[in-house]
Amino acid sequence: MNVRKKLVVVGHGMVGHRFVQAAIERGLTETHDVVVIGDEPRPAYDRVALTSFFEVGAKALSLLPGGRYDDPRVALRTGASVVAVSPRQRIITLNTGEDLHYDELVLATGAYPFVPPVPGKDLDNVFVYRTIEDLEAIRKAAKRAKSGAVVGGGLLGLEAANALSQLGLETHVVELAPRLMAVQVDAAGGLTLSRHVEQLGLTVHTGAMTEAILGTTKVTGMALKDRKPLDVDMVVFSAGIRPRDQLGGTADLALAERGGILVDEHCRTSDEHIFAIGECAAPAGVMYGLVAPGYAMAEVVVDALLGGAGTFEGADMSTKLKLLGVDVASFGDAHATTAGALELVYSDAVAGVYKKLVISEDGRQLLGGVLVGDASAYGVLRPMVASGIELPENPEDLILPAGRGLTDIGLPDEAQVCSCNDVTKADIIAAAAAGETTRAGSTCGSCKVQTKKIIEDYYASQGQDVDRSICEHFPLTRQELFDVVAVHGYTRFDQVVEGHGTGRGCDICKPAIASILASQLGGHVLDDSTRTLQDTNDAYLANIQRNGTYSVVPRIPGGEITPEKLIVIGEVARDFGLYTKITGGQRIDLFGARMEQLPMIWRRLVDAGFESGHAYGKSLRTVKSCVGSTWCRYGVQDSVQLAIDLELRYRGLRSPHKLKGGVSGCARECAEARGKDFGVIATEKGWNLYVGGNGGATPAHARLLAGDLDTETLVRYLDRFLMYYVRTADRLQRTAPWIDSLDGGLDRVREIVVDDALGLGSELEASMSRHVDGYFDEWKATIDDPEKLARFVSFVNAPGVPDPSISFREERGQIAPAVSLGESIPVGAP
Amino acid sequence: MIPVCRIDQIEVEGGVAALVDGAAVAIFRTHDGNVFAMSNWDPFSQASVLARGIVGTRGGVPFVASPMHKQAFDLRTGQCLDDAAVRVMTYDVQVDDGLVLIGSPQETSQEI
Repeated sequence: MNVRKKLVVVGHGMVGHRFVQAAIERGLTETHDVVVIGDEPRPAYDRVALTSFFEVGAKALSLLPGGRYDDPRVALRTGASVVAVSPRQRIITLNTGEDLHYDELVLATGAYPFVPPVPGKDLDNVFVYRTIEDLEAIRKAAKRAKSGAVVGGGLLGLEAANALSQLGLETHVVELAPRLMAVQVDAAGGLTLSRHVEQLGLTVHTGAMTEAILGTTKVTGMALKDRKPLDVDMVVFSAGIRPRDQLGGTADLALAERGGILVDEHCRTSDEHIFAIGECAAPAGVMYGLVAPGYAMAEVVVDALLGGAGTFEGADMSTKLKLLGVDVASFGDAHATTAGALELVYSDAVAGVYKKLVISEDGRQLLGGVLVGDASAYGVLRPMVASGIELPENPEDLILPAGRGLTDIGLPDEAQVCSCNDVTKADIIAAAAAGETTRAGSTCGSCKVQTKKIIEDYYASQGQDVDRSICEHFPLTRQELFDVVAVHGYTRFDQVVEGHGTGRGCDICKPAIASILASQLGGHVLDDSTRTLQDTNDAYLANIQRNGTYSVVPRIPGGEITPEKLIVIGEVARDFGLYTKITGGQRIDLFGARMEQLPMIWRRLVDAGFESGHAYGKSLRTVKSCVGSTWCRYGVQDSVQLAIDLELRYRGLRSPHKLKGGVSGCARECAEARGKDFGVIATEKGWNLYVGGNGGATPAHARLLAGDLDTETLVRYLDRFLMYYVRTADRLQRTAPWIDSLDGGLDRVREIVVDDALGLGSELEASMSRHVDGYFDEWKATIDDPEKLARFVSFVNAPGVPDPSISFREERGQIAPAVSLGESIPVGAP
Repeated sequence: MIPVCRIDQIEVEGGVAALVDGAAVAIFRTHDGNVFAMSNWDPFSQASVLARGIVGTRGGVPFVASPMHKQAFDLRTGQCLDDAAVRVMTYDVQVDDGLVLIGSPQETSQEI
């Protein structure tokens, strides 16, 4: 008989969460019902990135944003704690008094911050730095504080100091050891780090022992041994962590001497049905305070429960992180404790860079190293240690600026690239070959560059072109070009190509740079500095047709037009003999205009109140609408008004490709908004915003970005979405493939646009508002400028003579291009 | 040779069309100061448009990209860089005292 077993997980931090994920992925839930008990009020979140909480908020940090697992056999209870474990009955007792039976129990209770027993440690405004609740309390207290001290100059202490500094406090770091990050870096590295930290306005006290926290009810200062007291209003302890192994005690499990629940190589405790993983566990008596070993333990236990033989054999304690904007990395034998180890040091005090390699006595193996100020080589160096690959002839090349030779080092397949998730080079290549992905780079991100390189090398080896350079003139992607132009403040193509490219450009990079300049600077596309960069259509502000004539599309926002204006369009078309057709975007296209006629046609249109429809540009075309609630008996919102507002807001915005929008006034979706780059559909409560739709050769349905928005929020999200697209998409990449190309896809877009996870929101909005404020009708500006008009001539030496090669025939009562008589084409050619 | 325009009427890395003996001639000016002339007729799209193309370099060769479908033509020889079988007729061109003068079609041109 098939009886389902019950698996209880105590603790829902990063490691507990990872365990559940692995249990689901590897099929453990086929045989087990899983109950997860977490004592924090929210599901697991990214504690490694805790410091970014102030910037991005709790939602962005969450590892389980929906609050539940997709697998119905997993139940998560947050805000509940376990007070006792009774191994003999296989029962755990919750703080509510409730008992839960288990068949297998996994303890993932983590660790708590160590607070040394100094006088005053229980005063108000003394904090620890571990949970989101801690950070919320710190933020609240910081509002009424001027200065603060962090006790502990290790990895977490510097994170905490960063947080205080971000909150605007004058910040002190008090460290007992003679240097910062004493565990990871050596004396010289610590000094370089101190200099960086002090440059940021923080005060570092190393070799300083905290004697007491001063104050009667609240913190007023801090007493240091043999030093002047510090005048601070709050104190954060970040002096290390201790395993939360109390449940092990209640269950009479064996504990390690220095704390932690003792486990064997399968992470099994002294009771065969209880496992311990992460910071609460002590495999072979050693506690690991990093997330990567915790993840490895989680996998080992899932394996054990599936009957596998996986073991945990200790862990690589390599670290790479950005502390207060400073790259710090430490890997392998960073302190050169191996007998006969040699050190190779590169130090640039001016730039604040310190790099040390620890090399075996024979000079052939890399044993470890320390990088401060520039840790870009970490992705290559750490796997070299792990895999034992032989050092190149000139190992100094590995740490010299510009990293000469770095890319030439071939890692063996078994080299571990992502230590957080234990992904080897072979795993990455296998996944790339199968079109799948690995978890490499998804936790701390330090191996992303290396992972990307491996994948690109793999594709290159398969003969697939992965060069994303825009063309032969620039070794840059469009996004990189966008950044180069922004950073240097370039205004002309010459500056860009002379500074970053070769040759004189082409029909690919010139229009791309023209578009980038237009996005950043505004200005007229036919200004002297950008005119010759424009693609044919932009160059004449019209759409070239097969016989060299152009079509003209005046803007009709939202597809709404008065009879008077409709008559003007008809009169213009009649007077110039143009072929007319209604477009798919609810406007009217007038074909067959010779280039020299364009200014005259537009003079008439502008006088009647029309403006450019930008049908010729990689820019916003139309925002299509249904009739909406004003007329339609089903409509719930005024879709026409919103479509007009959006079209007028984003008109003229130069983008990587054309952009289309749509607004439907109810769920019947008559505006086909989900076939657009951005589509808005009315709901009873507001608007649903969809992004990434298009028609064309590869149709895509737009997907929901956010729901039930008020108009103001909708516009804010759209501003961010469009501007982020303009900044980061490849040339001629529409929104759908662009979204797919982002790491995380639509979820990533949502993080950036809705959750503002990158903190870019206000900048993107400001860019958009500059665009909106700077908008002008480029056709009106053209017909008012004799210099621009001078280009609209058929022949430079015969400006009024129509091109003799253009002729028309009649079809269905209108003109159509006739086969033309070119110089070398015999009459009568098809 | 026939004067068609002043040199400053042609933008650097731009082109103009001129009517020479009833034929449309595209005249280009490159960044290094050279002036080139070729037929304005794009043999691929069968339209008189080459003067409106973007001017640049490909591997050091000055070229214009047809505004219609982007085929590249060597400004010096009229040779299509994307199709060895296609070449556009070039014209003698001179700049004299700021005036651009167009001469006869060059004999080297081939059937297209």
